[in-house]
Amino acid sequence: MNNKRRSLVKNNAFQSIVASLICIVLGLVLGFIVLLIIKPSGAVGGITALLRSYFKYQDAKHVLELFTQTMVKAVPLIMCSLSILFCYKVGLFNIGAAGQYCIGIGIAIYAAIAWKLPWWLCMLMALAGGAILGCIVGLLKAYRNVNEVISGIMLNWMSLYVVNIMLKTVKQPNISETRNIPFNSRIPSLGLDKLLGNKYASIAIPLVIVIAVGIYILLEKTRFGYELKATGFNKHAAKYAGMAEKRNIIVTLAIGGALAGLGAAMFYLTNFQHWETEAATVPAMGFNGIAAAFLGGLNPIGCIFSSFFIQHITEGGAYIDNMTYAPQMSDLIFAIIIYLCSFVLFIKSVMNRSMAKNEKKRAALAGIDSVPGTGAALVADPPSDQDASADEPETPPLSEDGKGGDE
Amino acid sequence: MEQQYAVEMLHITKRFPGIIANDDITLQLKKGEIHALLGENGAGKSTLMSVLFGLYQPEEGEIRMNGQPVRIKDPNDANALGIGMVHQHFKLVECFTVLENIMLGVEPNKAGFLLKGEAREKITELSERYGLYVDLDALIEDITVGMQQRTEILKMLYRENDILIFDEPTAVLTPQEITELMQIMRNLAAEGKSILFISHKLNEIMEVADRCSVLRKGKYIGTVEVKDTTKEELSRMMVGRDVEFTVAKKDAEPGEVLLEVRDLYVKSRVHDSDAVRGVSFDVRRGEIVCIAGIDGNGQTELIYGLTGLEPVRGGSIIYEGTDVTHYSIRKRITSGWSHIPEDRHKHGLVLDYPLDYNMVLQRYFEPEFTKGGMLRKGNIRAYSDELIEKYDVRSGQGSATPARSMSGGNQQKAIVARELDRDSDLIIAVQPTRGLDVGAIENIHRQLVAQRDAGRAVLLVSLELEEVMSLSDRILVMYEGEIVGELDPKKTTVEELGLYMAGAKKNMGTALGEPDPDVSPDTTEGQEAGSNE
Ligand SMILES: Nc1ncnc2c1ncn2[C@@H]1O[C@H](COP(=O)(O)OP(=O)(O)OP(=O)(O)O)[C@@H](O)[C@H]1O
Ligand SMILES: [Mg+2]
Repeated sequence: MNNKRRSLVKNNAFQSIVASLICIVLGLVLGFIVLLIIKPSGAVGGITALLRSYFKYQDAKHVLELFTQTMVKAVPLIMCSLSILFCYKVGLFNIGAAGQYCIGIGIAIYAAIAWKLPWWLCMLMALAGGAILGCIVGLLKAYRNVNEVISGIMLNWMSLYVVNIMLKTVKQPNISETRNIPFNSRIPSLGLDKLLGNKYASIAIPLVIVIAVGIYILLEKTRFGYELKATGFNKHAAKYAGMAEKRNIIVTLAIGGALAGLGAAMFYLTNFQHWETEAATVPAMGFNGIAAAFLGGLNPIGCIFSSFFIQHITEGGAYIDNMTYAPQMSDLIFAIIIYLCSFVLFIKSVMNRSMAKNEKKRAALAGIDSVPGTGAALVADPPSDQDASADEPETPPLSEDGKGGDE
Repeated sequence: MEQQYAVEMLHITKRFPGIIANDDITLQLKKGEIHALLGENGAGKSTLMSVLFGLYQPEEGEIRMNGQPVRIKDPNDANALGIGMVHQHFKLVECFTVLENIMLGVEPNKAGFLLKGEAREKITELSERYGLYVDLDALIEDITVGMQQRTEILKMLYRENDILIFDEPTAVLTPQEITELMQIMRNLAAEGKSILFISHKLNEIMEVADRCSVLRKGKYIGTVEVKDTTKEELSRMMVGRDVEFTVAKKDAEPGEVLLEVRDLYVKSRVHDSDAVRGVSFDVRRGEIVCIAGIDGNGQTELIYGLTGLEPVRGGSIIYEGTDVTHYSIRKRITSGWSHIPEDRHKHGLVLDYPLDYNMVLQRYFEPEFTKGGMLRKGNIRAYSDELIEKYDVRSGQGSATPARSMSGGNQQKAIVARELDRDSDLIIAVQPTRGLDVGAIENIHRQLVAQRDAGRAVLLVSLELEEVMSLSDRILVMYEGEIVGELDPKKTTVEELGLYMAGAKKNMGTALGEPDPDVSPDTTEGQEAGSNE
């Protein structure tokens, strides 16, 4: 029984989940401390408001509407985190996801408003745009050994300016925002809007889940995933085995770009938000995708939950009392949590190490056959000195059965 | 009381998932002695040494130094206690130079600025004193495994450690270098340093060690005085049965020419010029051709060029009458080539994959393992289990074991199993028995001969003269990027072979005394006149 429990603790997925939860709790605690420092009286209220978010409303319908809205906004985040995750598994850091997402926005909105193309075509074009951008990074990496982070960041800026120029042609008169997406370019909802009580709910929500599952299968179950991961783990061995490692690098980044680009279309084609053509930075979505990917334990399914959670507390920020705290407060707490998310892997390794230590202590304890409890375990550290005159091997004083079977 | 032992490891037990790597092992190292540690692949030697070096914490047992119990929590503790280790798989930073790697962690500095000159001086002095030649400014990723090994040894000498652990240091060294290393170890021991020395080569142990402890399957078998024992007895202690040291094989019956290499040029990995300069030879079905030579004379590059890991600069490779010089690696593999690579960690394995995934590294796309783009994991597992069984690959969790956690020898056995089981027509084997125990070597040699007898062609690259002499049907000696001699192992001696390898002697296929049909005409065109015999 004990063994079973221990094997669960050693299970990778389980560890990831625990590590992620620890990060979240740490982030909240830190956020709470910040609130305390600024204004102690409002701290408890602030942090509960953040967590409870829209659940504070009594009206179930209203809650559902806001819950759905969170999902709508989580869709692009999931897509960006999938993009990051996918490349990461192949040993590439797709910081360019932000730019690929940006290009996706530009193309989707432009195709919809200027050309009045049907929604699916807009989506495909956004996907292609992201893929091409990813491809450029991949080509540079594969043939010129240009670091994908450097070229990715450069392309992020270029994308932003290109998109701003492009979308100024479809902006509303007098203000800098783009116009509404025409109806036949919006992603259909097939009744989901009624069901989920929010007019922006569309088939993008189920679609993103399908894509996440697809990515999971691609990475874990297919021959293509086998090849890609092998390249990521050891490109020399991949080459030795006859895999086209250069092609794999390019294809990976192209797929990463496609995911980010498509994610943009899946959000902006709901007409939930307009593009601000005076924007001075790329949308943070691509970067938040990094946090979501790590918080999700680098697992496509995990990304769905982590993205939703991140979106949830982002929303929650709006519910912090603006009278007590500056409006940026929510952003700050959100940033703290995101920041801590990147420690998931670190926490996992700490967990593993401390577990190994505990095991040792347990073994020592079992051998000496003393009282359980951590206090005694510490005492057990210096080895017992009955065998001080060990010139030749003799039977060990410690019994072996303490540990039961193998873990 | 004068303490006799520098280090005592008492009743050490270390468990890993599915296996007890060290089961109540006691090892006592006297001051100034060379203590050999012997055992089959996976017996737990590296694990025991890693415990001493602080890389692993044992579940049970204690370590004493000079009679005092010590706790070694990590390699820094070990270093502080004067324990140094040359690892079986080197721990070098690939993108650093040799110099930087040696200095790493103990950089001489002044107000935070590196004093590379000082380190360089000291290292140069050390490398001259011990005859450990390295190019201090070369990047690790560019140099041969042999030079990497020398870097590791220098690293330890540079730190002036007193307890020196050598985990299979000789596996990649040339015979000359091994002789030198033996001398170095004797000198160090005479200077009062205590040495723990892991090797699978019984000759070395007989030659240099004072005492030898034997492990088998994680258990301690015993410690013997080397001068009172024999090779046979040691191997019996280790494997639990008698081992044949010579390969039993009948005469080769060479068939048609399978591989023709013509005037091949390949760029060097270290310097700008060519490392392989106009090499030509043939390999026929049913023969084992061995490329012998001192490490760094272009053998590595020759194999890279042949297998497509590096592009060739000139010349051609003809396989079964087709020019395959510019074939992709995949295409070479599927036309029936196997390649046991020199560097098992760099090329041979994806260490983060489990063993079964590694077993199908070149075959994963075949219908047996993939259907409709999906991996057939059941089949992969079954095939891997079969190979593990057939080639006696030992590990904690069988097919599911992460390759990284396997013992070095068993990693090698897995690669050999994978490459030989593909039934390829051409088998390119670079140091196939590197790091294997005598029992496993016996087995692999038998397998290679069996492949030959089945009409396949084997191209062997080995630094080990004994292996070269006993296994090959024809020897090509490489020196400074050229083939300087072709020898018949039955008609030559180790001494003569050594002369060729050192560049002191040359022949282009005529020194065999009789016209030999195997000799390809191209090798007779010696470009350089006036060999300095
Ligand atoms: N980090 C690890 N995790 C899990 N198992 C391990 C680990 N390291 C070693 N093992 C297992 O412990 C056993 C002993 O390994 P070890 O490396 O000590 O063998 P070795 O005697 O050095 O063999 P070789 O001669 O092949 O180098 C092997 O079965 C190996 O699979
Ligand atoms: Mg070992």
